[in-house]
Amino acid sequence: MTTIVLLVALAFVAVAGFAVVATPDPRRQAITLSLFSLCLALLFVALQAPDVALSELAVGSAVVPLLVLLTIRKVGGR
Amino acid sequence: MTLRARTWLCAAGALGVAVLLVTAFLRMPEFGGTLHLYRDLALPAAIARATPNLVSSVNFDLRALDTLGEETIVAAAVVGTLSLLQPSPAERERIEPQRGYVMPVVKLAGYLMLPVTLLLGIDVVVHGHLTPGGGFQGGVVLATGWHLLYISGSYPALKRLRPIDWCEYAEAAATGLYVVAGLAGLVIGGAFLANVLPKGEFGSLLSAGTVPVLSVLIGIEVAAGLVVLLARFLGQGLIREEDP
Repeated sequence: MTTIVLLVALAFVAVAGFAVVATPDPRRQAITLSLFSLCLALLFVALQAPDVALSELAVGSAVVPLLVLLTIRKVGGR
Repeated sequence: MTLRARTWLCAAGALGVAVLLVTAFLRMPEFGGTLHLYRDLALPAAIARATPNLVSSVNFDLRALDTLGEETIVAAAVVGTLSLLQPSPAERERIEPQRGYVMPVVKLAGYLMLPVTLLLGIDVVVHGHLTPGGGFQGGVVLATGWHLLYISGSYPALKRLRPIDWCEYAEAAATGLYVVAGLAGLVIGGAFLANVLPKGEFGSLLSAGTVPVLSVLIGIEVAAGLVVLLARFLGQGLIREEDP
């Protein structure tokens, strides 16, 4: 059972990671990066690391995409 | 150096790292196995200091010095952002208060989630030594929850309820007090960041000695630091382009 949950979580992470790499536009990449972090947080929960999952959820799926979007808005739209 | 030489140098370096990683992985204990050297050392130490959350015991007690280093990294990032992304007075005038349109549903969800997130953040920080989480996680939750004001409300609302000066003071004070707590441990306990406070009853809020103190300090530092950091990025992002 645990193995199945782990394999599903790992598959999610692999698919989401591929989606981040395959997204050409940096603006859209911020969104896929956020989804990737969400999958990574799920994997951490499956691996019984709720501390890391909490950090990943807040930093990876909220703060980093926000910083990326704000930076693109500042330097990219010219 | 030519591009060709650089490529070869990079390939040699990558190969070296790959060899090191593979040899290290081959000698690692089996994934999900029963052999955990570090657990066998850390678990009795954490229980002896009345800290149910083993991760917090490692972060704020057994390896508190590492956390001091990480805290300094956050502080350095904030100082760097402060010095690099300071808007000039002319730019400051062009910061647009609000543009775009916020859907009422988003607004409602934001205002509903705001108190919940802030409460959750405080809960995670304060119970860092008992339940999963701790200063860093709670601090980040607090800082991101704070910015729901921007997502669901407006930039002026966020600006009014975001005392940026006090966040800077809190960031610096918490960073400094962590070192002060470490020096107190050195004076009383004979080691930097030694756990000198009474350990208390296992599982109660006031227990585990200095672990909750350091957790709260890190929580304040991270929350205030991230608010300052995001404030600078938001300020830069909202500067209107000069009219052509």
